[in-house]
Amino acid sequence: MTDAITIRGLRKTFGRTVALDGLDLTVREGEVHGFLGPNGAGKSTTIRALLGLLRVDAGTARVLGRDPWREATALHRDLAYVPGDVVLWPTLSGGETIDLLGRLRGGVDEERRRRLVARFELDETKKGKAYSKGNRQKVALVAALASRVPLLVLDEPTAGLDPLMEQVFQDELAALRAEGRTTLLSSHILSEVERACDRVSIVRAGVVVESGSLEHLRRLTRTRVQATVEDTPTRAEAAGWPGVADVALQDGRLSCTVDAEHLGGLVAELARRRVAGLTCQPPSLEELFLARYEGGSPVPAQARA
Amino acid sequence: MTRLAGLRDLLRLAWRRDRVIVPSSVAGLVLLSVGSAQATLALFPDDDSAVAGLADIVANPALVAMYGPISAADADALAVFKTVMMGAVLTAVLALVVLRRHTRTEEEEGRLELVGAGVVGRWAPLAAGVLVATSAVLLASGLSALGLLGLGMDPAGSLAFGVAWATAGLAQVGVTALAVQLASTTRGAGGLAFGALGAAYLLRAAADSVDGGVVHALGWLSPLGWAGRVEPYGRDRTWVLALGLGALVLGVAAALVVLDRRDLGGGVLPTRTGRARAGRALSGPLGLVSRLATGTLLGWVVGLAAGGVVLGSLLGAVGDLSSSPQMQRFLEALGGSAGTLEEVYLATESRFVAVAIAAGGIALVLRLGAAERLGLGEAVLATPTSRTRWYAAHVALAVGATTLFTLVVGGAVALVGPRASEDAPGAGAVLGAFLATLPAVWLLVAAAALLVGARPRFAPLAWAVLLVGFVVGELGPTMDLPGWLVDLSPFAHLGQLPGGEFAALAAAVMTVLAAGLVGGGGVAYARRDLA
Repeated sequence: MTDAITIRGLRKTFGRTVALDGLDLTVREGEVHGFLGPNGAGKSTTIRALLGLLRVDAGTARVLGRDPWREATALHRDLAYVPGDVVLWPTLSGGETIDLLGRLRGGVDEERRRRLVARFELDETKKGKAYSKGNRQKVALVAALASRVPLLVLDEPTAGLDPLMEQVFQDELAALRAEGRTTLLSSHILSEVERACDRVSIVRAGVVVESGSLEHLRRLTRTRVQATVEDTPTRAEAAGWPGVADVALQDGRLSCTVDAEHLGGLVAELARRRVAGLTCQPPSLEELFLARYEGGSPVPAQARA
Repeated sequence: MTRLAGLRDLLRLAWRRDRVIVPSSVAGLVLLSVGSAQATLALFPDDDSAVAGLADIVANPALVAMYGPISAADADALAVFKTVMMGAVLTAVLALVVLRRHTRTEEEEGRLELVGAGVVGRWAPLAAGVLVATSAVLLASGLSALGLLGLGMDPAGSLAFGVAWATAGLAQVGVTALAVQLASTTRGAGGLAFGALGAAYLLRAAADSVDGGVVHALGWLSPLGWAGRVEPYGRDRTWVLALGLGALVLGVAAALVVLDRRDLGGGVLPTRTGRARAGRALSGPLGLVSRLATGTLLGWVVGLAAGGVVLGSLLGAVGDLSSSPQMQRFLEALGGSAGTLEEVYLATESRFVAVAIAAGGIALVLRLGAAERLGLGEAVLATPTSRTRWYAAHVALAVGATTLFTLVVGGAVALVGPRASEDAPGAGAVLGAFLATLPAVWLLVAAAALLVGARPRFAPLAWAVLLVGFVVGELGPTMDLPGWLVDLSPFAHLGQLPGGEFAALAAAVMTVLAAGLVGGGGVAYARRDLA
């Protein structure tokens, strides 16, 4: 499998602000890749560099085998982009905007365009200035999703959509994936990422701090275990077990966290002590992301303030 | 007054945002009034020689239509003859721009929503805008009056001069206050307010062209007519200020009535729906920028055609004026050329029109920067459209539009003019005189293209370039500026048409220079980060 996007050591500063600080990112061909991170982490800067709108200070980027800065025009033939904050021409209608963007990109799939307009329940005759945020988003989404390009770059595309329309978006994304197209999806909505994405990268302070499948990321995070055992260990005993931390004992109930590697050992130990009740909670996505957004970081917390 | 809650904070915000645009505009206006008065007074050191030439000027309906009647046959009146009306229009434009940017623009771009959700009364944003615009008007007119007084001119007349500008400015504040409530977009509000100003100017020009009668009385319906009829250094009708104040109060009151009845972000004039599918012309960058400019282009073409007909028909009224040496000297200073009166008139008017057309072209080129700021450029540049093509589309539109505008106005004058006066130059010579201004126009458009391509933050400087080029090139000779300074202005190199020689070399140099600036801007645009 080849890679649609390869970024190595990307650096970009705006004056004294370091927006990208040696960012690496790999998006494989045919996958939906989630791109996550807190506000100001560098998601949009990365995307704008991928589109060749910004000239980076250092590092290399290849998108579909091309240099996005030097071969922007040729590259843009093969990708469609939905910006995070969609702005439309105030005097053009939605339908005109979709056609215009399609023509600039070299044509749209008419059949798909019709279906998308119907499914998104978009009124194409309204002028750009009359659309709400969600409807502006729909115009940009229809234009991007209906184009016949191998790569889609979507920057928080569902930010203004209601849940029903989000469902439509998910369906369409799945359909594109089935056709073998690649999508880079920047998002804040974890359930959306969980459902849509094959792999995710988490960016913070201009660096990708974690990248991999959701399964892989889950394994990086600790599982919470609660157990009732007949042969109750002391708090110090339990804390001494390999990979175990956050130990608490109350009324004979043991509560702790354990890293993925030592979960089996812990369960075996509990079994020896005649476990009567056991719950294991895998990390929720929220925990997963909060852990990556905040802690376990190469940058100390106070340095980010 | 809960409806005015937060007014103080909004005022502070407005002053903070306007701390460059208002003081520099006011300074420019004061420079215009005081500078040109000083230069004219120096040109006519003794009252007698001035008075000798004056009677002829007063009798010339073309100049009267342009600037309004002269208020008296003395040097003070002559010193402000041009600036009363020109400055009244510019003061009104200042009022319009300042008020609009604090009201409808804020609302359209969503910032008012942010502010309005705080402890801010419903009337406060409009009130803040009105106060800032009114202050700007009063500063420009008050400081001008003081400056004229400082030159040793008649005190009552100097006060009346300030009143003339203030009247036009205050009335425009009232008109604009209502316009920004009626239209739901910045552009729509601008169309209404500029349209009202243009109508006021045409009505005044028509009314001033005749002596007495109903048509002349109609001039009292135009705020610019009021400004002219203050007649500073003549009748000194300072009571006219009451008309301006009345228009201000009425306009603001009407605006508040509308404001209390409409939604945030809405207007009264309906927004129309468009077609569901794009027409064939809407494809490619040039198709897009042309489509976006269609309304603007149409407005210009209609306005310039009408203006051309007016200018042409006035040729008939530019009769055989006295050829006293003073008159000749004054005309040479005005138009920079010596020839028959018709030729001088056409040379002057073609340059004034060229300045207006250059302004239109600059505005079209600067749309590249506006698109970038709003994020619309990003949408286009994320498609296979290269930066060079996107830049070129804006430049091509501006160059094409300025050429079209010049053809339209020159054609209209050429069609009407030769029929209106037997002594007028032929149609070909008239059209040629207008077309000969194009290299200067293109050069100014190219300077704007270079700025917006290389450093969009400084793109508004393009207006300063135009203003300086205009003041130095057109008024420089009257103001006795040094020759090298005057030579910096593109307008100083236009030759003397009709009647004189076409400055072919200068035209070629300016065109090549323009092409170079455009190319430089394009190279810079392709290499820099996009906002």
